[in-house]
Amino acid sequence: MNVLLVLPVILPFASAAVTLWSSGEQGRQQLISLLGALLHLTACALLFIWVAQSGMQAMQVGDWPAPFGITLAADHLSVVMVMVTAILGFAVTLYSRAEIDSDLLGAGYHPLLHILLGGVCGAFLTGDLFNLYVWFEVMLMASFGLLVLGRTKEQLDGGVKYVMINLFATLLFISGIGLLYGMTGTLNLADLHLAVQEVDNQALLTAVAAIFMTAFGIKAGLFPLFFWLPASYHTPPVAVSAILAGLLTKVGVYALIRLFSLVFTFNIAYTHGILLVAGVVTMFTGVLGAASYNEFRRILSVHIVSQVGYMILGLALFSPLALAGAVFYLLHNMIVKSNLFLISGLSARICGTFELKKLGGLYHGHRYVAILFFISAFSLAGFPPLSGFWAKLILVRAGLEIGAYGAAAAAVIVGLLTTYSMTKIWGEAFWKPGPEEQDAVQSRPEGKSPDIWMLLPVTGLACLTLIIGLLPGPFLQVAERAAHELTHPEIYVNAVLGDK
Amino acid sequence: METALAFLCGIIAAASIYLMLSGNLIRFIFGLVLATNGVNLLIFVSGRLSHSKPPQIAEKAVVPAEAMANALPQALILTAIVIGFALMTFVFILFYRTYQALGTVNTELMRMAEPREDGRGTGEKPDADAHSPERREKPE
Repeated sequence: MNVLLVLPVILPFASAAVTLWSSGEQGRQQLISLLGALLHLTACALLFIWVAQSGMQAMQVGDWPAPFGITLAADHLSVVMVMVTAILGFAVTLYSRAEIDSDLLGAGYHPLLHILLGGVCGAFLTGDLFNLYVWFEVMLMASFGLLVLGRTKEQLDGGVKYVMINLFATLLFISGIGLLYGMTGTLNLADLHLAVQEVDNQALLTAVAAIFMTAFGIKAGLFPLFFWLPASYHTPPVAVSAILAGLLTKVGVYALIRLFSLVFTFNIAYTHGILLVAGVVTMFTGVLGAASYNEFRRILSVHIVSQVGYMILGLALFSPLALAGAVFYLLHNMIVKSNLFLISGLSARICGTFELKKLGGLYHGHRYVAILFFISAFSLAGFPPLSGFWAKLILVRAGLEIGAYGAAAAAVIVGLLTTYSMTKIWGEAFWKPGPEEQDAVQSRPEGKSPDIWMLLPVTGLACLTLIIGLLPGPFLQVAERAAHELTHPEIYVNAVLGDK
Repeated sequence: METALAFLCGIIAAASIYLMLSGNLIRFIFGLVLATNGVNLLIFVSGRLSHSKPPQIAEKAVVPAEAMANALPQALILTAIVIGFALMTFVFILFYRTYQALGTVNTELMRMAEPREDGRGTGEKPDADAHSPERREKPE
């Protein structure tokens, strides 16, 4: 059964190799890519079921005993993330059939996409800090490639800024690793949990925690480190935007949750206090920043920042309920956010533009697309009974429970402000009359009718959002179990190092 | 020795951050190369320095007889160097392509992805600045 822990990482690399090899025939390449994504989805689902049924699993690669070899560890948080990654990977591969043209296919779109999925899954499953760094690099390289694949001026410009700041974050990350190793002599996460308690100079350890917080804060897009995100996420093809928006910042959030629940828990008042302030400010900056944009994808990009704030809020409050809220929020947000990007691509295909001013009339012409957008957008804003409502409800309740009234109030206010942005898109793109019905008709690019390969994944993800919203019970249960493991690090330590 | 190397790490970090912040892609690359080396040095020093103590143990012995050099940080650095090399190659090519496409290495003038508003509606003419970056006054 241990092979299940490896498959989510290995399968995408196999797919990448085969798609690269078959890049001569693009029809066949797309088919293989789709098959690879489907296999990956199956493997991740099996791993999810396995962990959900029999609890946390760990595996030592090559049977090197725990603190010395590479550890793969799958607790509930990891498998939830891996599962959603595979779902998004499959949806985006489907969507790519309609959107990615042969130029991008020839430039290596599919191999890069699969390498990205493999890197992300590796980061979610590894139990070793240096290994996490390696997976971050794999994932970053693939995302760099995907971002500038089209080689347009906008993409190169956005790509340069993205690469610059992310490389800097990586350097911070590995400096942190070096310093932490110097103090503890180990890099295995479970072993680190034990080793940090024996370090004499706790102040130095807190400084190292701050280095990690900055590094992952950049990756996650926390205030004041998020500026690379709105600069680049609206430039690549929609399928790429969607997968980057769904996955990359969330890997940063995952790494923050993992490290600040397993390793850096010795000075919670200080580290999590910083995270709380950063989280709340991030929520507000993101949502207020979004109000100033009039381009579909740029609004969505800035909203990613705001949503990351909610997840960090859940981590910062650090009660079981708050952590469950953070996990539930991750699960809900990754799906909804990717889907919103995919829908922006759909409406841009219909109308030929991402500019809200030139969009319009989608509700009359394409009611189905409008309904799909409605589900995702108002789930993001937190309307009952959609999935975002439960996510926000848990966080607000967690805030009230431990007396963090300010944080709870912030969560509610930012939710309302999110509604403003989503209503703006709804009003401009879907509700207002189409340009042909307006007086001052300006020429706009010719649109096409939506492709079935675009509608299929969007519909699937919207259905998933509805299911999470209408039947939140099982999802909440998984989130609570994940939170239980996060608040009881000895479960993780025992699973990795064995009962001692 | 550790103290001296620690200060050296600090100096390298300061110099590289200065270069990276200078708003010029070429200087950024130099800063990045410098920073990568600084970080590798940092990991090396973190693993503690020892002289003339190769990590070898006697035949049939299970543990080393006396303290020896720590080989793990060197393995980590080796990995970091290899990854850094690949990243550096990518960055060189990306920056060169960007220079070819945009005609500038000044990051202040690179506003294609986020056009300035200048009174116009956001993105009304997303390419208005793209074709004439030199028309605007240089920031210095």
